[in-house]
Amino acid sequence: MTTPTHLTDTFDVTASLDVEGIRADFPILSRRLADDRPLVYLDSANTSQKPRQVLDVLAEHYSQHNANVARAVHQLGAESTEAFEGARDKVCRFIGAPHRDEVVFAKNSSEALNLVANVLAWSRGRHRVGEGDEVLITEMEHHSNIVPWQLLTERTGARLRWFGLTDEGRLDLSNIDELITERTKVVSLVWVSNMLGTVNPVGEIARRAHEVGALVVVDASQAVPQMPVDVVELGADLVAFTGHKMVGPTGIGVLWGRRDLLEELPPFLGGGEMIETVTMERSTYAPPPAKFEAGTPPIAQAIGLGAAVDYLSSLGMHNVAAHERAITAYALEQLTAIDGLTVLGPTEAVDRGGAISFEIDGIHPHDVSQVLDSLGIAVRAGHHCAKPAHKRFGVQSSTRASGYLYTTQAEIDALVEGLHYTKKFFRVD
Amino acid sequence: MDLDALYQEIILDHYKNPHHTGLREPYGAEVHHVNPTCGDELTLRVHIDAAGETPVVQDVSYEAEGCSISQASASVMTDLVIGKSLDEALALHQEFLDLMQGRGQVEPDEDRLEDGIAFAGVAKFPARVKCALLAWMAWKDATAQTLGQDQTTDSAETQESLR
Repeated sequence: MTTPTHLTDTFDVTASLDVEGIRADFPILSRRLADDRPLVYLDSANTSQKPRQVLDVLAEHYSQHNANVARAVHQLGAESTEAFEGARDKVCRFIGAPHRDEVVFAKNSSEALNLVANVLAWSRGRHRVGEGDEVLITEMEHHSNIVPWQLLTERTGARLRWFGLTDEGRLDLSNIDELITERTKVVSLVWVSNMLGTVNPVGEIARRAHEVGALVVVDASQAVPQMPVDVVELGADLVAFTGHKMVGPTGIGVLWGRRDLLEELPPFLGGGEMIETVTMERSTYAPPPAKFEAGTPPIAQAIGLGAAVDYLSSLGMHNVAAHERAITAYALEQLTAIDGLTVLGPTEAVDRGGAISFEIDGIHPHDVSQVLDSLGIAVRAGHHCAKPAHKRFGVQSSTRASGYLYTTQAEIDALVEGLHYTKKFFRVD
Repeated sequence: MDLDALYQEIILDHYKNPHHTGLREPYGAEVHHVNPTCGDELTLRVHIDAAGETPVVQDVSYEAEGCSISQASASVMTDLVIGKSLDEALALHQEFLDLMQGRGQVEPDEDRLEDGIAFAGVAKFPARVKCALLAWMAWKDATAQTLGQDQTTDSAETQESLR
């Protein structure tokens, strides 16, 4: 397949990243699947693959340094603690956090968001969400930024409201004055949609929310892996993201929060390490981040996330973002040229992340992904944990292709070829 | 990977032209089942005529949204069970279940399962077995509800039993 000529000026993978060199770092990318087909991995919005640099650090931790953190006096304990807290420093720098104590390790974004939703119900301070208060989300949220707020509002008698979406797949901000009011206590929104790919104007919404004294929570699960992030510049109060989508291990996520806010909010889970002192009657709590990290944390995973951050930093997040823009623009161009294919979400690579969800007339997404899988092409099919967003566009499910820093133009070509084959297979040509 | 084993012509034919679709009166019970992993949805009604000596599956009507496997399976199922005695239909249900859960090791009986034998290949794709069973589980649920038995399952339990 030839590159459309009008793209040659803007699209040059090697300009931003040495993709072939990067691919050599990811052992799984040279795997062969059934029928000796090479893997074409286009499911990175679901989870990213991991480079040797991360896998080696995980193995080395377990084989050389394994010990519990923050409580062992022995040498291994000191090494493990240093690596674990070192990972916190790395994450802190990576997201531009002013203080390392603002970086709370959680299991994933879902846990981080649940943490916030729960402690806001339990708070006795000014951020407490109670009866008559309002929580504002959007129709394009992942279930992990819907359900915790439903649970919160159902339990407290608060009201859940949301921004709708335009036909193009952007937030409909036309009624922002009706939605953000004196009753609004929390505005929680996704930065980059995992389904539509939309990049939301978080700064503008945060400014409006802060005018009424509301807290701003951002689900940055698809943003932190793909673009340079400065949490202060972003303007949010709390930011959640997960390690496994940014070449890190599963089981480790991050909640960043303003230090004064984290100090003010009550603890989430109770247990070891989150206390200052415990008597049989009551306990007092450690300062953040320990206050929110009860029990033995995911130590190896946090250290692995630190290695992931090192890896991304060595490439440069501006370069990662430039590559994503280029590959997304190319994919959108190629996919929208397929007859009967409809992209859900913005069709131009402007304020847009790398997830591309689409429908093909007459073929169910499960069947699309099954045929693609037989060709070695891994995509996601279903509702991508964003059922309301699918409903908004009148569909039950979609097929989603999502690339990352290791994705090549040739892989997009393979996807397009695979989709033509799929159409032939189901006789919808 | 043998795609043709999964997507047999019979399945694609039923997918393109499903039988007995639409929701009809009368019916004894209506159920709504979903496959939470992919979002496939099915509303299904069962009408059992229990007037005679042996109860008969008088009608099965449905509205479904889903993949080719789940749609074709619903179509084939209605062909098989409508007009059969309840006992016979329940026996077919069990045979189809055995086929689907047999990991490709069960040889289907064409005289009994008719077009249903086309799903033998699906059993080799564990992720798709749920698709093939969605309609059958809904039918069994609706049948149990119609008979007023105490074995009503909800969708979540159905999913559980399919794991």
